[in-house]
Amino acid sequence: MKKIFVALLVSVSLFGAFADASMIINNGAEPQSLDPALIQGVPEQRINTAIFEGLLRYNPKTALGEPGLAESWTVSKDKLTYTFKLRANAVWSDGTPITAQTVVDSWLRSLDPATGSEYAYMMGMVVKGADDYNSGKGKKEDVAIKAVDDHTFQMTLVGPTPYALDMLPHQAFDVVPMHAIAKYGKDWTKPENFVGDGPYIVKEWKPQEQITVVKNPKYWDAKSVLLDSIEFLPIDDNNTGYQKYKNGEIDWVTSSSIPVANIDELKLRKDYQVSPQVATYYYIFNVTKKPVDDVRVRKALSMALNTKELVDKVTKGGELVATSIAPAMPGYTPAKGNAYNEAAAKKLLAQAGYPDGKGFPKLTVIYNTNDTHKKIAEWVQQKWKTVLGIDVELQNIEWKTFLDIRNKHDFVISRAGWVGDYQDPNTFLDMFLKDSGNNNGAYNNPKYDDLVTKAATQSGAERFKTLNQAEEILMTQDEAVAPLYFYVNQDLIDLTKWSGWYANPLGIHSYVGIKKVK
Amino acid sequence: MARFIVRRFLSLIPTLFIIITLSFIIIRVAPGGPFSSEKNIPEAIMNNILKKYHMDEPFLQQYLRYMGDVLHGDLGPSYRYVDHDVNFLISHALPVSMLLGTISMLVAVILGILVGIVSSLRQNSWVDYTAMSVAVIGISIPLFVIGPVIMWFFAMRLQWLPTSGWIDSRRGWVTIIMPVITLSFTYFAYIARLSRASILEVLRSDYIRTARAKGLKQSTVVVKHVLKGALLPVVSYLGPAFAGILTGSVVVEQVFLVPGVGRIFIQAALNRDYTLIMGEVIVYSLILVVLNFAVDIIYGFLDPRISYK
Repeated sequence: MKKIFVALLVSVSLFGAFADASMIINNGAEPQSLDPALIQGVPEQRINTAIFEGLLRYNPKTALGEPGLAESWTVSKDKLTYTFKLRANAVWSDGTPITAQTVVDSWLRSLDPATGSEYAYMMGMVVKGADDYNSGKGKKEDVAIKAVDDHTFQMTLVGPTPYALDMLPHQAFDVVPMHAIAKYGKDWTKPENFVGDGPYIVKEWKPQEQITVVKNPKYWDAKSVLLDSIEFLPIDDNNTGYQKYKNGEIDWVTSSSIPVANIDELKLRKDYQVSPQVATYYYIFNVTKKPVDDVRVRKALSMALNTKELVDKVTKGGELVATSIAPAMPGYTPAKGNAYNEAAAKKLLAQAGYPDGKGFPKLTVIYNTNDTHKKIAEWVQQKWKTVLGIDVELQNIEWKTFLDIRNKHDFVISRAGWVGDYQDPNTFLDMFLKDSGNNNGAYNNPKYDDLVTKAATQSGAERFKTLNQAEEILMTQDEAVAPLYFYVNQDLIDLTKWSGWYANPLGIHSYVGIKKVK
Repeated sequence: MARFIVRRFLSLIPTLFIIITLSFIIIRVAPGGPFSSEKNIPEAIMNNILKKYHMDEPFLQQYLRYMGDVLHGDLGPSYRYVDHDVNFLISHALPVSMLLGTISMLVAVILGILVGIVSSLRQNSWVDYTAMSVAVIGISIPLFVIGPVIMWFFAMRLQWLPTSGWIDSRRGWVTIIMPVITLSFTYFAYIARLSRASILEVLRSDYIRTARAKGLKQSTVVVKHVLKGALLPVVSYLGPAFAGILTGSVVVEQVFLVPGVGRIFIQAALNRDYTLIMGEVIVYSLILVVLNFAVDIIYGFLDPRISYK
């Protein structure tokens, strides 16, 4: 009798464990789309990594590329041609095989001008002929990708861009079910029609309420998929999300949904996870506007800021002091930049013609409406007043209006943040090329452009050296922006309950290997 | 009566037409567009996107295209939630908001009138004082304060209810309790004060004295004679109250994560999701116009002095 009872107890508890292997995530916002070609934001990406996979997938610990659909690859001697061997057992969730031709068709679909994919430019940056086709200047046939046979895919790059491989897990390079898209058209992402190749598949989508994904038994690495389901909640109110977490209704509060107002309380929690992120918080100088068209003024403004104090006393989330635009990455040493130095700042301002701030024109610093940005702007305003003796006005602006002003270069100093799409300094440095669409401060230095362009033809340590030289010009010499700090990932997740979850530099998780242990 | 209804109904058309046209223009005047994002999109790609949504066409042509679609009952694709049409998003969210709004309204009206009756019949008693103090609190504290306080008390402190979310298989119907309390509180308070004042006034009128003199029971006097006259101000308040419930639901839906039209309205405006904003504007104006219309008709039944000719 006792034995039966124990057996019963064990089976009940086992059943309980299985039935409950579900993770609930505060995803911060309703996704724009589930179509990999049509998404840009982090909440979308967080769902994307669960339901789609490209040739490579993100390593959970490093967020670098590791074999996904492709089990192996070879690189030609000139580092321009990559040949991928696809897994023979790779199939869609409906059983349809995934072939090299599927990869070709998926990529071409993303590049097709009619698709209107915003991230197609990423493929355009590395794959030969891709940018021309995408921008309507070239032909589809000239995109240098091809299916050698059913399981061999080949791509040729524009140059020996070593970061191409680490870009491949990005959704811009995802493979999509062309057969389902042909059949259902625009409705192919609806749960009833959904077909995917990721570790999970979409089961339910209630707009503004939740998206539920369940384990994909046909995933090639299904044995590493250890949760039965994941629910993504689009909670845009960080405080509500935090209350839900504290009440046990959510398992993971993701980085952008952390209630920063409660940072002192959060830091005391054991389930608060902090890790460095490939992302920078900075103020852009519009170098075409007075008085910041003078490099001495830009340096003075930047060097007057004791950013150590900013991260310790204002943001308090464990952010790292920055003097460069690109954070340190494996193999890359960022520019030295101009560190905090009050005396030098005062001297530079005097040299520029504003001793002790006398005669300094009135200027406005703009930031997008947000409590953290406000606190930081007020701190900067106060420092510039006490250290340099200058008055600046602060103006908060609603997000879309803010973007509009910045893109039109209609500001003097503006708050900005940049999160790397992949782990390479290039993702930061190509913003400041003269013709870059993201060059909001209208920075223009031909020497800088030459170096960044030259680096694209190099590889290894030599390339990093060239990029470092470029960044020295951008930051140490020209002070194009005032860097404030490097962001950190801030997550709330109890790692005694969840194993296989790792903080990584991109803050991207593919959910493979995440397991409920308690 | 039928003529009145037809005439009122026809007068709605120009009203709606003006609302749609004005909104169409105003939305586009706001800086930034649905496709502007932090990572600047190369011009060629932006052009592709604009073309896809016919936003490369001249303004007038876009307007005529939109009006044509609306007349066919098609509110267009959402520019932000690109996997969905506006029709789908609204048809998904509207029943949620309607359910929340209707229950809140019923709670506010029923409780409000009951408290009004009790307070007025027991004027200046402790019951009256307590009820009216609660009502003052309800009127003066905004929804975005009441909501989180209620959440803290019931969900965090007592742990009786889930903090937020909507009716589903896991949590059942209990998730509706806090949104309804929050949303109905203010209107309950207004209605309670309004009906109390109105009943007190009617109680002092001659026809009530006559009814009492005839020897009618207190309950008959109240139900048959007092209420019919006293409820007129309450009925005329219902129109604005429902409008308030609708706009109030924007806040409540945000706080309690209710997937209704209010929640998408905020998102749509912030995202410059032109078609979704337009869809919401049309739905909101329809609801308001229809409700005012309904109130006019109810008024006619209650007040013999009004006739529909």
